Amino acid sequence: MNRGLPCLLSAMLVLAACQREERDTRPQSVLGSGDQPAAVTALEPGGQRPASSDNKAGVFEANAFHLSEGKRLFNWFNCSGCHANGGGGMGPALMDQKWLYGSSIESIHATIRDGRPNGMPSFRDKIPDDQIWELAAFVRALSGNAPKSAAPSRDDDMMPHPSENRLPDAATLGKSP
Amino acid sequence: MAAMLGWTLLAGFALVTTAVAQSTSSFAINPPSAAAPPDDGQWAMPAKNYASTRYSELAEITEDNVKNLQVAFTFSTGVNKGQEAAPLVVGNTMYIVTPFPNILYALDLTKPGAPMKWKFEPNPEPAAQGVACCDVVNRGAVFFDGRIYFNTLDGHTIAVDAATGKPVWNTHIGNINIGETITMAPLVVKGKVLVGNSGGEMGVRGWIKALDAGDGHVVWTAYNTGPDAEVLIGPDFKPHYDMDKGKDLGVTSWPPDAWKIGGGNVWGWISYDPDLNLIFHGTGNPGPWNPDLRPGDNKWTAGIFARDPDTGAAKWFYQWTPHDLHDYDGINEQVLLDMTWQGKLRKVLVRPERNGYVYLLDRTTGEVLSAVPFGPVNSSKGVDLKTGRLIVNPDKKTGTGKVVRDICPTASGLKDWQPSAFSPKTGLLYIPHNNMCMDEEGVEVNYIAGTPYVGMNVRMIPGPGGNRGAFTAWDVAAAKPAWSLKENFPVWSGAVATAGNVVFYGTMEGWFKAVSARTGALLWQFKTSSGIIGQPITYRGPDGHQYVAVLSGVGGWAGAIVSGDLDPRDATAALGFVNVMKDLKDVTTPGGTLYVFRLP
Repeated sequence: MNRGLPCLLSAMLVLAACQREERDTRPQSVLGSGDQPAAVTALEPGGQRPASSDNKAGVFEANAFHLSEGKRLFNWFNCSGCHANGGGGMGPALMDQKWLYGSSIESIHATIRDGRPNGMPSFRDKIPDDQIWELAAFVRALSGNAPKSAAPSRDDDMMPHPSENRLPDAATLGKSP
Repeated sequence: MAAMLGWTLLAGFALVTTAVAQSTSSFAINPPSAAAPPDDGQWAMPAKNYASTRYSELAEITEDNVKNLQVAFTFSTGVNKGQEAAPLVVGNTMYIVTPFPNILYALDLTKPGAPMKWKFEPNPEPAAQGVACCDVVNRGAVFFDGRIYFNTLDGHTIAVDAATGKPVWNTHIGNINIGETITMAPLVVKGKVLVGNSGGEMGVRGWIKALDAGDGHVVWTAYNTGPDAEVLIGPDFKPHYDMDKGKDLGVTSWPPDAWKIGGGNVWGWISYDPDLNLIFHGTGNPGPWNPDLRPGDNKWTAGIFARDPDTGAAKWFYQWTPHDLHDYDGINEQVLLDMTWQGKLRKVLVRPERNGYVYLLDRTTGEVLSAVPFGPVNSSKGVDLKTGRLIVNPDKKTGTGKVVRDICPTASGLKDWQPSAFSPKTGLLYIPHNNMCMDEEGVEVNYIAGTPYVGMNVRMIPGPGGNRGAFTAWDVAAAKPAWSLKENFPVWSGAVATAGNVVFYGTMEGWFKAVSARTGALLWQFKTSSGIIGQPITYRGPDGHQYVAVLSGVGGWAGAIVSGDLDPRDATAALGFVNVMKDLKDVTTPGGTLYVFRLP
């Protein structure tokens, strides 16, 4: 038996874990918010506009630390006051497959940063930009749009629903197409 | 002596649908005539009259012929949100106000099909939808002296010419950026339009204002927390119980400055006694819900004020739920009645309260004459009639980091805003209400102006028996139920009682029901297009015949799962209400339609 295989496997696990937890210890822009544009609509007459993407998207989207921070901030900034634990209330549900203003992390970031006209407040000057990205990444996790290995795996409070890493992709509810 | 009445005593009646025979000699209970003048066949305010009886003397529709009721006409409001308003009928015109965007319609009742006469669109700020705690409802308009007065979600009170639909004045009194909205129906008393704010879930400091009906300027403002001077507590203030006596209790019964974001909002019902020259209004829950964050009695929340309508000066106050633990707003309707109580003629108000008790208060002093639960209650063990204080059950106390299970009633109460009706013919108060319990966990919460300030995770479940709602006829003289009907969903609609001994209410499945005022027997029902949470009314049409009207359109806190398209997989959605309404999406869809019925 190849004695090297377990070593290799554990090395891979360690590396994967590193990536899962990787984060910048000195995040930039403690205050203020970025001004990355985000598409407001998918409709553009005659055109096929390339989706705008932000280089922060990849940094935050699949990162366990940022997702976990997003979950904490979701309560701290009273997001849960309106959206509950994803099922909604004063605000719309976030754990279903319906997106009023776009499902990309860039769109969600823009929604939190700039607000939306039917009741979503603007948190531009309330929440540092990197924390908005953390919130946006967590919002995607609520509808199963985060890697299972990175999404939060526990609820600290009275259970509202299974933890985010066990929530199915809202679009398919876990079923094959 | 403590009136110790656990809900177990009531378990027997909860299933009962048969009548308890009424002996006509045992009661002579009537609203004061000054507050309930002889019926003119109109419906000019949601509660019908200042006594808030929601009782009509029309008797063309009876227990015998109501089975023949048929649709006279319908009208789409064009808004698919919770329709909680009462239609108004004045002269030959019907007026209805919709949920946000608060469109006011006038329908011409003299023409076939009641065509639209005019509509008025106030165009409220759409962002207001984001700070309305429990759907974007409006509980109705009011008619006074040739004008219709109503409120908009974004904090405006508007006067509109009833004949032309042209706006007369528009006063901005609520600020959505601190979470203020207005959902209540105004009441006009002595030329003053009385309006209060909503926002008990947003850390909004509660107030009631009187606006001049002529030009809309604010005549007085009374806050329900803070220093006496701002609560309009002066030398005339004489509360009955010691717990409500003292200087600046609206400050000292709170942690420092917590009263500034402490709730006590006025989003429910106001009654008026012209003889005593007093208005009566409740005050909402203290904020945040997590009680550990606000030690003290939290005056003047979750109670009732009697005030002078001319100046706003407080005359007395009684606190239903001191230091509220469970979001037991005190904003329900109070029905003004004159009756013999223990051998003495008393001026009373009867009040089916959110915390689960039917209270009988002397409305001249605020003294509690009786307080008896009308359904399952375990969050308290009764009301101490000597001190007036609710006896809290320590086993059901909530707090930070603690999950407390099976608390009855829920945050929405044994009864929420849905108004009851009183028939002097039967002496019964017809109470639409809930039957639910809940689990609660207090959590830390940060105050950010204009965002929710709740600090409680809630998960509701059906109450004992499994029926989530009930329609109970309460024998006011005997202080006990006469009969009670089970409903699968909370009965979130109002009720109306008539001299024909027919009582009407609606269900969240969409059934509009007529039951016998004496026995509760179902006499007729009609399935409307959406769940009913509105206030039924009855009126005499231009043709001299009796009509019954109700708005259909599910929503409100109970129906937010449908009107807001919430996700039933989250038990805490809509402040925990979704958990107990998971199946509502299977039986009804959003709507907004007026239904009017008559005999053939």
